Amino acid sequence: MITCDEAVRQLWEYVESELEALERQRVEEHLTLCRRCCGEMEFAEELRQFMASQFTVELPPGTAARFDQLLEDLETEGASWPMT
Amino acid sequence: MVVNLERTGFQQVAREQLPWLYALARKLTGDGAEDVVQECLVKAYRNFDDLRDIEAAPGWFRTILMNCVRDRYRRSASGIDESPLDEDSDYSLYGKIAEEDPWPYSDTVHVDFLHSFSEEDVWAVLDRLSPKYRIPLVLVHMEGMSVEDMTRMLGAPKNTVLSWLHRGRKQFERELWEYAVDNGLLKEKARSQ
Repeated sequence: MITCDEAVRQLWEYVESELEALERQRVEEHLTLCRRCCGEMEFAEELRQFMASQFTVELPPGTAARFDQLLEDLETEGASWPMT
Repeated sequence: MVVNLERTGFQQVAREQLPWLYALARKLTGDGAEDVVQECLVKAYRNFDDLRDIEAAPGWFRTILMNCVRDRYRRSASGIDESPLDEDSDYSLYGKIAEEDPWPYSDTVHVDFLHSFSEEDVWAVLDRLSPKYRIPLVLVHMEGMSVEDMTRMLGAPKNTVLSWLHRGRKQFERELWEYAVDNGLLKEKARSQ
């Protein structure tokens, strides 16, 4: 049976169904016998959902104004506008 | 339907993409977002003739932005394979929360820990990550990109990409804990109980 370290290393791939069948089976065998790793797995799922649900990003007014100016400059000066 | 882009104009098309382009760049590069979007707009302008259908504009701009981010990623990740496994590799936030048990009367201490973070706090934690780990983490876990697509984008073997992701997740876990300690999130929760 794989060790806890090996199981924990594969837990995210496990919850995202990224593991090959044999690797998945080995993780599942470990989880049936290891309560601690079950907790790790449930927390990995929580953390995954936490990350996926985060963030609304607004375009700050100052940044929007700079982009507006850039678009104006591009149309005025064309493709010769220097890259940063 | 194919729309004549000559009449639509670059400015109008680009302006429509800016909010989400900036949001994606902000997630991926933090304070570097403005520079990345600026680089993207200049490249898009120079290649605007390649865009034939306005409905393809979001995907077209996204590809250009991702190429800009990829180039930055490759610069920041140079030498990544030579680095030994660091102390973050086996870090367990689950174990840390259980060990420190910040709210002993809670039956859901791990979930409570995550809920103690505001959106602003999570931004601050992301900003603590090095770009070489932040970018794969955001692409896969916030933008829903598959590991296969990221492997193609970064031009690296799948196992290498998985290793970067693992390290990124572990660094994120460690930074969540340290940010919570540094910014009094654990104490605030304790006071409210």
